Amino acid sequence: MDAEILARVQFAFTVMFHYIYPPLSIGLGIALVLMEGIWLKTGNILFHNMARFWTRIFALTFAIGVATGIVMEFEFGTNWATYSRFVGDIFGSALAAEGIFAFFLESGFLAVLLFGWNKVGPRVHFFSTCMVALGAHFSAVWIVVANSWMQTPAGYHLERMVDGKPVRLPLDHAVTPADLGSVRAVVDDFWAMVLNPSTIDRLTHVVLGAWLAGAFLVVSISAFYLLRRRHEEFARASLKVGLGFAIVATLLQMVSGDLTAVGVSRNQPVKLAAMEGLWDTQPYAPLTLAGWVDAKAEQTHGPAIPGLLSFLTWHDAAKPVAGLRQLPPDDFLRRFHPEATTPEQLATVRRNYWPNVPAVFQFYHLMITVGVLLLGLVLVSAFFWWRGWLWRTDWRPTRLLLGALVLSVLGPQIANQAGWFAAEMGRQPWIVWELLKTSQALSKVVTAHQILASMLMFTAVYALLFVMFIFLLTRKIQHGPDTEEESEELPDSWKAILRLDDQSSRA
Amino acid sequence: MDLNLIWFVLVGVLLTGYAVLDGFDLGVGILQPFVRKDEHRRLFLNAIGPVWDGNEVWLVTGGGALFAAFPEAYATVFSGFYLPFMLLLCALIFRAVAIEFRSKEPWPWWRAMWDWAFCLGSFVSALLIGVAMGNIVRGIPLDAHHEFAGTLLGLLNPYALLMGITVVLLFAMHGAIYLVMKTEGELHDLVRGWVPRLIGLFLAAYILFNFYTLIDLPHIYVTVRTRPWILLVIAAAVLTILNIPREFSKGRDFAAFASSCAGMALMMAAFGLTYFPNMVLSSPAPENSLTIWNAASSPKTLGIMLIIAVIGVPLVLTYTACIYYIFRGKTTLTKHSY
Repeated sequence: MDAEILARVQFAFTVMFHYIYPPLSIGLGIALVLMEGIWLKTGNILFHNMARFWTRIFALTFAIGVATGIVMEFEFGTNWATYSRFVGDIFGSALAAEGIFAFFLESGFLAVLLFGWNKVGPRVHFFSTCMVALGAHFSAVWIVVANSWMQTPAGYHLERMVDGKPVRLPLDHAVTPADLGSVRAVVDDFWAMVLNPSTIDRLTHVVLGAWLAGAFLVVSISAFYLLRRRHEEFARASLKVGLGFAIVATLLQMVSGDLTAVGVSRNQPVKLAAMEGLWDTQPYAPLTLAGWVDAKAEQTHGPAIPGLLSFLTWHDAAKPVAGLRQLPPDDFLRRFHPEATTPEQLATVRRNYWPNVPAVFQFYHLMITVGVLLLGLVLVSAFFWWRGWLWRTDWRPTRLLLGALVLSVLGPQIANQAGWFAAEMGRQPWIVWELLKTSQALSKVVTAHQILASMLMFTAVYALLFVMFIFLLTRKIQHGPDTEEESEELPDSWKAILRLDDQSSRA
Repeated sequence: MDLNLIWFVLVGVLLTGYAVLDGFDLGVGILQPFVRKDEHRRLFLNAIGPVWDGNEVWLVTGGGALFAAFPEAYATVFSGFYLPFMLLLCALIFRAVAIEFRSKEPWPWWRAMWDWAFCLGSFVSALLIGVAMGNIVRGIPLDAHHEFAGTLLGLLNPYALLMGITVVLLFAMHGAIYLVMKTEGELHDLVRGWVPRLIGLFLAAYILFNFYTLIDLPHIYVTVRTRPWILLVIAAAVLTILNIPREFSKGRDFAAFASSCAGMALMMAAFGLTYFPNMVLSSPAPENSLTIWNAASSPKTLGIMLIIAVIGVPLVLTYTACIYYIFRGKTTLTKHSY
C-alpha cells in the first residue's frame, strides 16, 4: 500500500477512536450541569448522588479522550508535514487557541470536579462543573473552526516565497506540486477565517451530535436500571434528565441537519451531489431514501421521492439541483487543466474531482437513517412519558421501549462517525477545499513502512484501551450510584444544603 | 520588539512550563517502583492526581503554539522524528490511562500491570523528550527544503542518549522533591532520603553533559564564546539546584520545590539563549537551518496569536494558580482518590 492510503487510514483510525470520547464528554458535561444545578436548586440528595455517579462515568470518558487527543494534535506534523507547512499560518492558530482557551479550562477545573467534592463549597464546585462543560464546548468550537476552514477556506490569500520575500498570488492560483515548499496560505482576516461560510452550521451540528451522545448515554444506563429494577428511584430521575435533554437535542438536530445540508449545497455542491447520489443536474431533483450507487454506470438505484431534493435545497421543487456530471463546473476544471478543451476531455478530468461517491452516499444515508430512528424513539418515549406509561416497568410495551432506549446509546455514536465520514470523504480529493489535494499534503520524509509500523502500534494500544474502557464502564454500571445518605467526608457547606432538604421535606 | 522574537520566547515559556510541571509528574512515575506498599503507591499517584492532566496541556499548547508561530519547525521536527514521536505518544497514552485505571480494581495483578505501565510510560516519555532535545541541540541534517535528511539510527547518537538520561534523572529529582512536599510521615522521610542522591546523580550527568557539549559541538563552543554570560545562567542553575538541600535542612519543603522549578527554568533559559535564533539547527549544512525568521508564520498571524496569548495566558495562570491553591497541602487518600 502506498503512503497516502496508509496515512489517511491512520488518521481516520486515530480520529475515529478519539471521537468516541469527546462527544460523550461534551454531552455529559451539559448533563452534569443540569443534575448539579437541580440539586443546588432543590436540595434533593437524589440529584447529588446522580451528579456523583455520572461524574465517575465522565472521568472515564474524559481520560481516554485526553490521552487519544494528544495524538491528533501532533499527527498533523508527523503524517501531514506538507499540509502543516502550507496552512500552518491559519490552521495552527486555531489549534493553539484550542489549547489556550479550551484545554486549560477543561483540565484545570476537572480537578475540582473530580477531587474537589470535599475541598470546595457546593457553589464553587458547581461553577467548576460549568467551566469543564464550557471548556469542552470551546474545544469543539476551535477544532470545528479549523476543520470548517478546510471545507470552506476564507479570509486568506496565497503567497510565494521568492528570495525570502513573500509575493502575493492571484486569488485563482491553482497550486501545483512544484509550488509545494514555496507557496503557503496566509491569513488576511482572522474573523473571516474563523467565521468561514460553513463554521456556524457545522459547529451547531457537531455540538448537537455531541449532546445526543451524552444524553443517550444517560438514557441508556438509566433505562437499563429500570429494566433490571435496580436503583429505581435514581434511574427514574436520571432518565427524566437524560430524556428531556435528548428530546431537545434531537429536535434541534433535525433543524441543524437541514441547515447544514443546505449549506453544503451552496458551498460544496459536488459533495452534496455525492451524498445524495445525484448524477444529472435536474429540476424536481429526487431525494433517494436508501439504495446503492453504481459508480461504473454512474447511476443511483433505490426508492426516491421526486422533487424533494430540490425542495429541501431551494425550498422550490422546480429549481434544478446540480448533479455530478456537471460538477465541478467547466471553468473550474480549465483552471487546473488548461490542456482539456473538448467536452469529452473535461468529462474525463471531472471524474478526478469527485469523491468516492458510493461510500459518501452510504455514510450520509446511514447518518440520516439513524437520526430518523432516534427521532422516532424520542417521540415515542416522550408520548410514553406524557401518559405516565414510561414507569410501568412490568408492562410489555414499556419494557420493549426501555430495551430500545438501552440500545439507543449506539445511535449517536454511529451517526456521529458516519456523518464525519460523509463530511471528510466528501471533501476528497481535496484536503483544503479546491486549494490543496490530499495527495500533495503528506510528509515527504515519512515512508509507508514507518506509517504501517506506527499504525500497528496504535491499533494494539487502542484495542487494549477500548477493552479496558468497556470493562470499566460495565463495572461502574454494575456498581451503580451510591445510595447511602451522604458520608462523613462532606464538609459543612455541603451538609447545609442537605439539611435544607430535610427541612423542606418535613414542611 | 520583534514578533518573531516574542514568539520564540513564548514557545520557550510554554515548553518550560511543560518541563517544570509535567516534569514532576513524569518523575513521580519514574520513582514509583521504588516504593512497595500499595498505600504508598496510591499516595504517589494522588499527589499528582488533580494536576497531571492540566500539566500535560502545556505540551499540547506548546505544540499548538509551535504549529501556529513556526509551522516549518513543527512540520520538520515532527515528521523527521516520526517513530520516536509515535513512541512518545504511546508512552503518554499508557501513562495517562494507567493513572486513571490503576486503582479502579483491587486485584494485585491489575495494579501491578498498571504500575508497570505508569513507570515505563513515564520513563520512556522522559527519555524520548531528552533524546529529542539532545538532537535539536546537536543539530539534525536538513536538506535545502528544510526536510529531515537523517536516519532513525542517527537520532540515537550517544550525545542525545546522554541528554535523555540527564532528563530522566532531572525529572526523577524534581518528582522526588515534589513528593517530599506532598507527603507526610514515614513516606515523607523515605522520599526525603532519596533527594541528595538524586541531586548528586543529576548534577553529575548535567556537568558531564555540558562538558561533552563544549567538546563535541564546536558551534555551541563558538556561541558561548560570543555570549559568555550564558555561563552565568548555567552557574545560576547549578547553584539553584544546590540550594535545594539547604532548604530541606531548614525544613522548608515548598522553598526546595520552588528552587527545583527555578533551576529547571534557568536550564531551559540557558538552552534558549544558546540556541537563539535557530528553531531547528541543521548539522551538517548549517545554511539549511530553520530560524525564527524563515520558519515563522506571517507577521499578521504572529500578531493575532499574540492577542490570543495576551488574553489567554493570564486566564490560564490565574486558574492554574487557583487549582494548585485548592489542592495545596499534604495528599491524603479519600473515596475519590485514584
